[in-house]
Amino acid sequence: MRYLQILKVAYKALGRNKMRSSLTMLGIIIGVGAVIAMMGIGQGAKKMINDQIASLGDNLLTIFPGSHMSGGMRAGAGTRTSLTDEDAKAIKDNCSAVLRVSPEVRTGAQVVAGNLNWGTSIEGYSTDFPLIRSWPLFSGSFFTEQDVKGATKVCILGKTVVDNLFSGQDPVGEIIRIKKLPFRVIGVLSPKGQNAFGHDQDDMIIVPYTTAQKKIAGITHVNSIIASALDRTEIDLAQQQITQLLRQRHKILPGQDDDFTVRSQLDIASAAGSTSSVMTILLAAIASISLIVGGIGIMNIMLVSVTERTREIGIRMAVGAKGKDILIQFLIESIVLSLIGGLIGIILGVVCSQLISVILHWSIYTSVPAVVLSFLFAAFVGIFFGFYPARKASLLDPIEALRYE
Amino acid sequence: MNQLILTEDLVKIYKLGDYEIHALRGINLSIEKGEFVAIMGPSGSGKSTLMHILGCLDRPTKGSYLLEGKDISSLDRDNLAQIRNQKVGFVFQSFNLLSRTTALENVELPLLYNGTTSKQNMQKAKKALATVGLEGRENSFPNQLSGGQQQRVALARALINDPAIILADEPTGNLDTRTSIEVMEIFQSLNENGITIILITHEKDIAAYAKRNIAFRDGKIVKDEIVSTPRKAKDELLILPQEEEGI
Repeated sequence: MRYLQILKVAYKALGRNKMRSSLTMLGIIIGVGAVIAMMGIGQGAKKMINDQIASLGDNLLTIFPGSHMSGGMRAGAGTRTSLTDEDAKAIKDNCSAVLRVSPEVRTGAQVVAGNLNWGTSIEGYSTDFPLIRSWPLFSGSFFTEQDVKGATKVCILGKTVVDNLFSGQDPVGEIIRIKKLPFRVIGVLSPKGQNAFGHDQDDMIIVPYTTAQKKIAGITHVNSIIASALDRTEIDLAQQQITQLLRQRHKILPGQDDDFTVRSQLDIASAAGSTSSVMTILLAAIASISLIVGGIGIMNIMLVSVTERTREIGIRMAVGAKGKDILIQFLIESIVLSLIGGLIGIILGVVCSQLISVILHWSIYTSVPAVVLSFLFAAFVGIFFGFYPARKASLLDPIEALRYE
Repeated sequence: MNQLILTEDLVKIYKLGDYEIHALRGINLSIEKGEFVAIMGPSGSGKSTLMHILGCLDRPTKGSYLLEGKDISSLDRDNLAQIRNQKVGFVFQSFNLLSRTTALENVELPLLYNGTTSKQNMQKAKKALATVGLEGRENSFPNQLSGGQQQRVALARALINDPAIILADEPTGNLDTRTSIEVMEIFQSLNENGITIILITHEKDIAAYAKRNIAFRDGKIVKDEIVSTPRKAKDELLILPQEEEGI
């Protein structure tokens, strides 16, 4: 009805000064485009970090022993030898929210294959390792329950070890020497690359944890225990159950501190996520400055337009336009400017994001909320910066306006 | 009964800093329905100020103004706008049409502000243009029309809401003799159909087309008389030598 007509009037008024209208819009276009591209970059980075953390196994729980204390000297986290494979078995049997459990025995060793050698980390796990860490094999097979029971000398190599000891050739079936003991290579892990913190996850050899305990490290405890919860939502419950069980098993009295720590991957993920959220907000804030500058451009042009069209305003008032009618007319003009600018800006922003991701190989993620948000912001800019000129127009005295040359 | 306009002791004072200008010094005026009044006077005599007040563009400093029995002098801006829209049609010396807007849309303009639907608007505007003899020029822009035609578009715009009065401020000031007479002819025929017209002019021969002449000087009415035999624009047009049609 009437608003449609006012919209038509606004559209005509803008069409009269095409060059001016499009230059004004350009401010909004660049602003919205920049906000969308910047938020895309920020969210892309966040998503990349999250994906990497999820690749560790997103419902993964790690149980570390507490710090070792002797004579008042506390040696730091993980130095205690309080965790055993019995603990791992008990967790598996008693905690309903836990799906899989594996002890973790870590040690370092020099490994020899033929005339090549390589210092790497030797890690001992149970047969549940590939499922807990969601880490499939690249070739060969994983060791069996028999291997764990018998502490057999079999191993699975990470990609980096294969590259360094076998120059990338298939090592399955070959014999390597770990601390002078011969181990048969039965599988190769699929490559995972660096984790979010720059650590090469492929530089390691996996053996049954019993083998690692008895034949390589010569210990009876385990360094830590990894476990997977039934699903993501059960992580908190699993954490509670494990804590309760281990306190009981380690005979810790109420009021005493735990001699272990249960940490979930989720904690790490949220910490890393919040860092990149700050980055996203920062980038978007910088980009929105250009949007505000664009808004000032709208205000500038609308003020010029109001002055130029003083006589028109006078005529409209003389034939019965109320202050409100004039206000709405000019406000709609600035909103139309900012919304059309916003729409073009969205297209520009999305196209730029795609270009950046193609040319620079950055991961860029344009989310719907980011697009909606920047569009709403553009609309808000239109209203905010259009209001003052529109109000100025609506308060003109009709007689003065009619006399204006 | 038939009283359309009644002013009592209308005073308008403009303040320019410490300096006061008494534009109107107590105007008592009564105009009835169907009158054709010409208000004359030199510039600065207050006739334009009176027109602004009568046309609800301005409010008097003192005194009361009744339009169709309703007191207007104390209404606020929005209410005045509504009365301008419903009761008053303006015709200006400089036509005051929206440029780059077609004749039809110019005529429709007052309807935009009283909330009627656009289909009706179009019909009404076409009819109003036909009344002033501009059939077929609906889609012309003001700069494609001659001065006389532009003034007729302005007249059609003034007529569209069936106003109680038409206020014309020097409507022939920018027109040559022939087109002036043509415009006056339209005013006279509108008046014959019962529309009240108040015409402001400083030309005696234009005032002679009206039925009543009021003379202004220094913010006061100095003469108010009935014209015994108004000039007849229609007859004069027949006598005038035919000129080329204006573009």
